[in-house]
Amino acid sequence: MTVPLVEARGLTRRYPLKRKGLLGPRLVLTAVDDVSFSLMAGRSLGIVGESGSGKSTLARLVMALEQPDAGSVSFNGENLAGLSGAALRDRRRQFQMVFQDPFSSLDPRMTVSHVVAEPLEVAEPTLTRSARRDKVAAMLAAVSLPDEALDRYPHEFSGGQRQRIALARALVTGPRLVVADEPVSALDVSVQAQVLNLMADLKEARGLTYLFISHNLAVVEHVADDVLVLYRGRVVEQGETADVFDNPAHPYTRALVDSVPGIDAAGARERIRLKDGGRHAGAGCGFAGRCPFAAERCRIEVPALKDHNGRKVACHLVG
Amino acid sequence: MAGGVAAAPRAGRSPWRHPSFVIGGAIVGCIVVVALVSLVWTPWPATKMNIPHKLLGPSAEHWLGTDHFGRDVASMLMVGARNSLAVGFVAVGIGMLFGVTLGTLSAAKSGTWLDEAIMRSADFTFAFPAVLSAVMITALLGPGVVNAIIAIGIYNIPVFARLTRSGALQVWAKDFTLAARAAGKTTVQITLRHVIPNIGGLIIVQGTVQFATAILAEAGLSYLGLGTQPPNPSWGRMLFEAQTYMQRQPLLAVFPGLSIALAVLGCNLLGDGLRDIFDPRVARSRA
Amino acid sequence: MSALLSTANLTIALESGEAPVSIVRGLNLTLNAGETLGIVGESGSGKSMTALALMGLIPSAMRASGSLRFEGQELLPYDEARMTRLRGARIAMIFQEPMTALNPVHRIGRQIAEGLMLHEGTGEAAALAEAARLLDRVGISQAAERLGAYPHELSGGQRQRVMIAMALACRPELLIADEPTSALDVTVQAQLLELIRDVVAERTMALIIISHDLGVVAELAERTIVLYGGAVMEEGPTRALFTAPHHPYTRGLIAALPGRGRRRGRLTAIAGSVPPPHLMAAGCPFHGRCKYSGEDCRVMMPPVTQLGQSLVHCHREEAIH
Repeated sequence: MTVPLVEARGLTRRYPLKRKGLLGPRLVLTAVDDVSFSLMAGRSLGIVGESGSGKSTLARLVMALEQPDAGSVSFNGENLAGLSGAALRDRRRQFQMVFQDPFSSLDPRMTVSHVVAEPLEVAEPTLTRSARRDKVAAMLAAVSLPDEALDRYPHEFSGGQRQRIALARALVTGPRLVVADEPVSALDVSVQAQVLNLMADLKEARGLTYLFISHNLAVVEHVADDVLVLYRGRVVEQGETADVFDNPAHPYTRALVDSVPGIDAAGARERIRLKDGGRHAGAGCGFAGRCPFAAERCRIEVPALKDHNGRKVACHLVG
Repeated sequence: MAGGVAAAPRAGRSPWRHPSFVIGGAIVGCIVVVALVSLVWTPWPATKMNIPHKLLGPSAEHWLGTDHFGRDVASMLMVGARNSLAVGFVAVGIGMLFGVTLGTLSAAKSGTWLDEAIMRSADFTFAFPAVLSAVMITALLGPGVVNAIIAIGIYNIPVFARLTRSGALQVWAKDFTLAARAAGKTTVQITLRHVIPNIGGLIIVQGTVQFATAILAEAGLSYLGLGTQPPNPSWGRMLFEAQTYMQRQPLLAVFPGLSIALAVLGCNLLGDGLRDIFDPRVARSRA
Repeated sequence: MSALLSTANLTIALESGEAPVSIVRGLNLTLNAGETLGIVGESGSGKSMTALALMGLIPSAMRASGSLRFEGQELLPYDEARMTRLRGARIAMIFQEPMTALNPVHRIGRQIAEGLMLHEGTGEAAALAEAARLLDRVGISQAAERLGAYPHELSGGQRQRVMIAMALACRPELLIADEPTSALDVTVQAQLLELIRDVVAERTMALIIISHDLGVVAELAERTIVLYGGAVMEEGPTRALFTAPHHPYTRGLIAALPGRGRRRGRLTAIAGSVPPPHLMAAGCPFHGRCKYSGEDCRVMMPPVTQLGQSLVHCHREEAIH
């Protein structure tokens, strides 16, 4: 059996918040709570969640930009936490990231060629300046940007072009995994399509594996083979994308799917109605405050992720 | 397929279109030139006393007149300019060097005890009014231009530290620093490569403002007898000494006073102009 | 019955040195009482500027020309006193960012009551009572107690509800919603859209919903206008527009959507990107990216063709059939 390219086991990340009063208990925000998944090479995994779901924190944990408080993440069978600084730096050439905001993800004071070359400076420090430039030029061609772009500055480009530059930077070291955190959310629909097509082409041409994070279900459905639905840091449903979106089992997934305004909708639709739960900070299922089906058990006991019809669901009322 | 590069219109205009920059630059430029010239030539030797010719008004021989010791005012102002500028540059230089270092360190280690320690020290220094700090330090170390520079320099450190830290924190919050970390760059590399270039403009602009304050501070210290010592001319001390002769020769106070005011004005205008030039520089295009 | 709101050749331009740069060109729209109209466009389409123009809130550097009539009264050139009487009272607007649209240092009850006190001279107590009723209507539980809350104590969705309550306070005839849900999570968005739809129907208000999200517009609007580069490309009944679009831009837009039910395969992207306003040609703004475009498209604004119940602005016959 082949080793998964990325294996996350029980990833947990907590952030301490300000104390309530001078002597009160210190509140803790659990951004990511016991998240596990296996991503095989060549597949795409979508991570879906709204604000506060922990999806961006999860991305940083997978990229080893933050250390988990519990659990582990392994790349190609190797636990990233156990690596020394130099070893980790060496592995980094194999997994790279693309960010959401095309304006803040590129240093405005660096030319495009320097921006794209940056990962090479670490991964291949012995390259000569011209060899580096050649690699960068090749990468820019691969993302359909002209050669003149090399000596220009990021602000001279549109949002869609900047995401291409970001993709070029992510791919310049020849990684196997690309973690994309909302890469098209800040783009217009017509430009979004260009970038999604480009990402699909690059995946095909370079045998990439994607970890694709988005709050936009339509985009995730288009891109991802499998999907993980996060709510307040926990996985509520996990499985093949088509399956999960066509027949959502968890009430939250159902709410997500029902909420997407479709252009072929006939105005008002029969959709699941969420309650105005506000902040439910207590024991039990994090969704209990808003769930229309919440039972007593839901408020006391956190549901475990169980198998159900070929996927995994964390709900007391399912399976 | 992606189309050509969109040449977005540059929002930052040419430096010459900013009146503040031009006027401020001209004033500061003149002062620098005068100071440089004084190294090789002044109309009269600046420290040469000539009692029979004391307290004369402006004339063809003495362009701005003479003081109570018969010294040529114009020459004294020129050499005084040298002192003021030297103090300005060195003191601000000290402040920048240590302040920026501490500030970037603080920002890179934000939230840790080191950050707290640096910031609280800065607060402590700020608790004392600037001139008072300078007076205290020179009182401790003794009067003289070198100590004046040290005193003013010390006061500048927290100014730059605070500014650098806040600017650096904003840069650290941007995704491109995260991308650099994802590429494997260390904190030091990111600070040098990304953070400092992005806050450079901020620091330079503050530098001009601090320069103006430093000149003023030096004048104040000299006025109190704690800065440049006699016989070296200093604008501040000239002002102090002119007080006694206000009735007989009021112009003795006007010229050094004007010089100080002009220098401060020039620096402030220059700083304003630079701020305008640096800010809209990055033109943002649409997605 | 005359239209509630109508514009004729509405143009909003930035008066810059050489030549004025148009942000919106030749916009004709008509809205009757109780109707819902959607305005769809991407960035640079001029949709937000249109919303601001209807409220007389365009930046001082811009000039609006053409005709803008509300309840039969011509509003251009703007008269600030007249516009102030209309805003909040007859025409209300809700914005995208509720945190910046609400004043963080005033309690929400006060902010809702303000309009009533200003436009109708209602006393404070009566206005606050009405505010409580409005909060309840927009779905804020324990409305009377929440009157004293500050904006930061509420969630994003709740703040938007407060904005809607503020907009409804003086019972305006027209509600303009500019990207009201773009900053919100999709589950909250669905609830808010439903609220807007119910409230608008209940009070027979006219609604203009502006969004880059076609789905949002489809949920609320009976008719829709598609804007690109400041000019109208196509307009018509929403359902027909989205299921059987005629204009190449509308077609391209819909084909570019990763749809529910349309998996994998390539999306049909529209090549290129929106040119900035100062580089826009005199003719059809879409000509640079349109595969049917010709010389006339570049120099002349397209004529309007009626196809079914839709109006299409295009030069090329073969493109729109």
